Amino acid sequence: MSVIVILLLPLVAALLVCIPLAKRLVAGVTVVSCLADLILIARLTRQVVADHGPGEMLDAAWSKWIAVDGLSALILLLVALVATTAAVYSVGYLAHEVLPAKKLRLYHANYNLFIFSMLAIPVLAEPTLVWIVVELTTLCSALLVSFDNTREALEAAWKYVVLSLMGAGVALFGFLVLFAAMRAGGGGTYTWAGLVTAAPRMPPILMQAAFLLILIGLGTKVGLVPMHTWLPDAHSQAPSPVCALLSGVETTSILYVILRLFPVMQAVPGAHAETWAIILGLISVGTAAFLLLQVKDYKRLFAFSTVEHMGIILAAIGLGGSAADYGAMQQIVSHSVTKSFCFYAAGAALLAVGTREIAAVRGLIRRSPLAGAALIFGGLAIAGAPPMAVFLSEFLILRAGLAQGQYVATGLLATFIVIAFFGVMAHMNRMVFGAPASLAPEREDSGSEASERFRLPFSCGLALILAAVPALVLGVYIPEPLHDLLTLAAAAVMR
Amino acid sequence: MNEATEQLLENLNALATGLFLLTAFGIVAMRQARACLNLFILQSLLLAASAALLGLRYGSGHLYGVALVNLISKPIIVPWLLRKTSPAEIYTRREIDQVLDIPTALLIALALVIGAYFVGVPLADAVGPEFRGPNVPIGIAVLLLGAFTLTVRREALSLLIGLLVMENGAFLTGISIARDLGVLVELAIATDGLVIVFIMGVLVRAVQKQIGTTAVGALSSLKETTAATGTDEAQP
Repeated sequence: MSVIVILLLPLVAALLVCIPLAKRLVAGVTVVSCLADLILIARLTRQVVADHGPGEMLDAAWSKWIAVDGLSALILLLVALVATTAAVYSVGYLAHEVLPAKKLRLYHANYNLFIFSMLAIPVLAEPTLVWIVVELTTLCSALLVSFDNTREALEAAWKYVVLSLMGAGVALFGFLVLFAAMRAGGGGTYTWAGLVTAAPRMPPILMQAAFLLILIGLGTKVGLVPMHTWLPDAHSQAPSPVCALLSGVETTSILYVILRLFPVMQAVPGAHAETWAIILGLISVGTAAFLLLQVKDYKRLFAFSTVEHMGIILAAIGLGGSAADYGAMQQIVSHSVTKSFCFYAAGAALLAVGTREIAAVRGLIRRSPLAGAALIFGGLAIAGAPPMAVFLSEFLILRAGLAQGQYVATGLLATFIVIAFFGVMAHMNRMVFGAPASLAPEREDSGSEASERFRLPFSCGLALILAAVPALVLGVYIPEPLHDLLTLAAAAVMR
Repeated sequence: MNEATEQLLENLNALATGLFLLTAFGIVAMRQARACLNLFILQSLLLAASAALLGLRYGSGHLYGVALVNLISKPIIVPWLLRKTSPAEIYTRREIDQVLDIPTALLIALALVIGAYFVGVPLADAVGPEFRGPNVPIGIAVLLLGAFTLTVRREALSLLIGLLVMENGAFLTGISIARDLGVLVELAIATDGLVIVFIMGVLVRAVQKQIGTTAVGALSSLKETTAATGTDEAQP
């Protein structure tokens, strides 16, 4: 029952950090529990890959509630990985200002609950229960978004909660219609697997209605344009390790729920789920690409890049075929590891200069070589410069699109990716290498401090290195087990 | 159960759902935050009534559970949680600068209901002949009215109620077309509604303390044109 242990660990950690023991231990508890979860999930994933399915590890009685296949294992692995690096990063990031013990405990309790809710999404098999944990991800992270307690952070948190829950209300309706569709088609167990089996007998009109309702409802939380308006606010105002979680894995784990519907919809003739995915995906990528050009705040820049990447993944799924699906899975991995790195870099820059304004940051490489180097590396990695992980996965998707003969969609996707590349790199370049004093006259004070070097907390540097390794290595080398996992996950979104 | 009783139960259910829709209109029209909360409580009671009537009609013990859960969580626990978490100020607020005036808002609401009818009836037909009752179209209508409330209101309590009304609408459809969803799931959904109230109450308190207003919908310092500098311009 390793799945149960995986889910219990963060809950236990959330309880432990509330016990009024030494304040120093609090961050340690989170790091240890996340690391332990990562190890357990790595073992579980190896088992899933070896058995090519859930195998023997679960009792039949549990399969109505809990099921782990390749796609679930992939999401679990990414959540645990980013949770671990973000927990390490939090140690130093929160130590830069003196926080009252209560606030620190609140942060870590919410952090662990948030991790729990994200881990529960891919593990649960019953769609309405998945809907509930999707709601929990919003509710557990709301107080993390508003953690800084500034006017902007509170506004961002409020928008985040209201829009996400509004979307969730629409999605709930979709899940209820899906349930009714299953009953109308003769029944079966209401699980993801049961849905795939029952799909050919279900009334197409109900399935289409359910699909669109869920796509729109959960798409709000994924940040698909035009429901994305809350995302740049929440993903830029939260503390940087939380941003890494929100952008890196929360969006992906919600997207996972939408992906689960594709094998179901493929059984319906004329459902056009793929077309919807391409259209929404391309709109998201295109809008984000142009917004990236005119963005003024570097954390918002990375947030818009998340909208772009979610669009790329959805469009890739829409392209169809096993090659594009494999590319989409690899894009999920490369986006998660790279985006978390980007937010660690942005957090380091924020610690170094104390502002989120792009125009106010010039010549970061002289003030803090590590933060500057990290920011330029993060920019290159997320924009998709070779030989990074994002480049490889985007290349795979575009190649698959061309091989499928979808020239218009692939061409548009490639154009938007290039525009986004220039958008990201132009801003990063000016921030890191730009001449400091002449371009930012309104920040006189930073000029005098510039001579004094900024020292990044040790744990932040460690998290940066830990996150940089996969972002770089996965661009040149995909280990054999990971390749098997990606293949298995790609097979799960096809009928 | 003879045919006359069945007919009576269905008529009573139609009455309950009709009043349910009316409360949603009231929530769109009311300026007083307190009145919105009272209407929401009334709406939840009507939802419970509809669940109980349908339970009786189709002999589904499961729906009694839904009715009971709704009876306890929304009219009792929600107001209690709000009192515990959020500042008392939210009750006394009136929507002064509403985006739309009330007649316009009601006209749009009416259009939404008509739209919901045209979507809901074929949807209910597709599920099966015994789902033809008013629950599906009215559920969709109330879902839309809740979303509409969210877009035109600015006060924290009205926004929170808009969210809960959306959920009520989804539920009203659910008790008709997804009767045997499972008690565990229903309980979890009800608990989730309470967590929403708790978290939003805490947020409203923080907003009121930091910014000095409960008109959270009117906050608009985060935009693309002006870069957020992270400075705290809170007023006392």
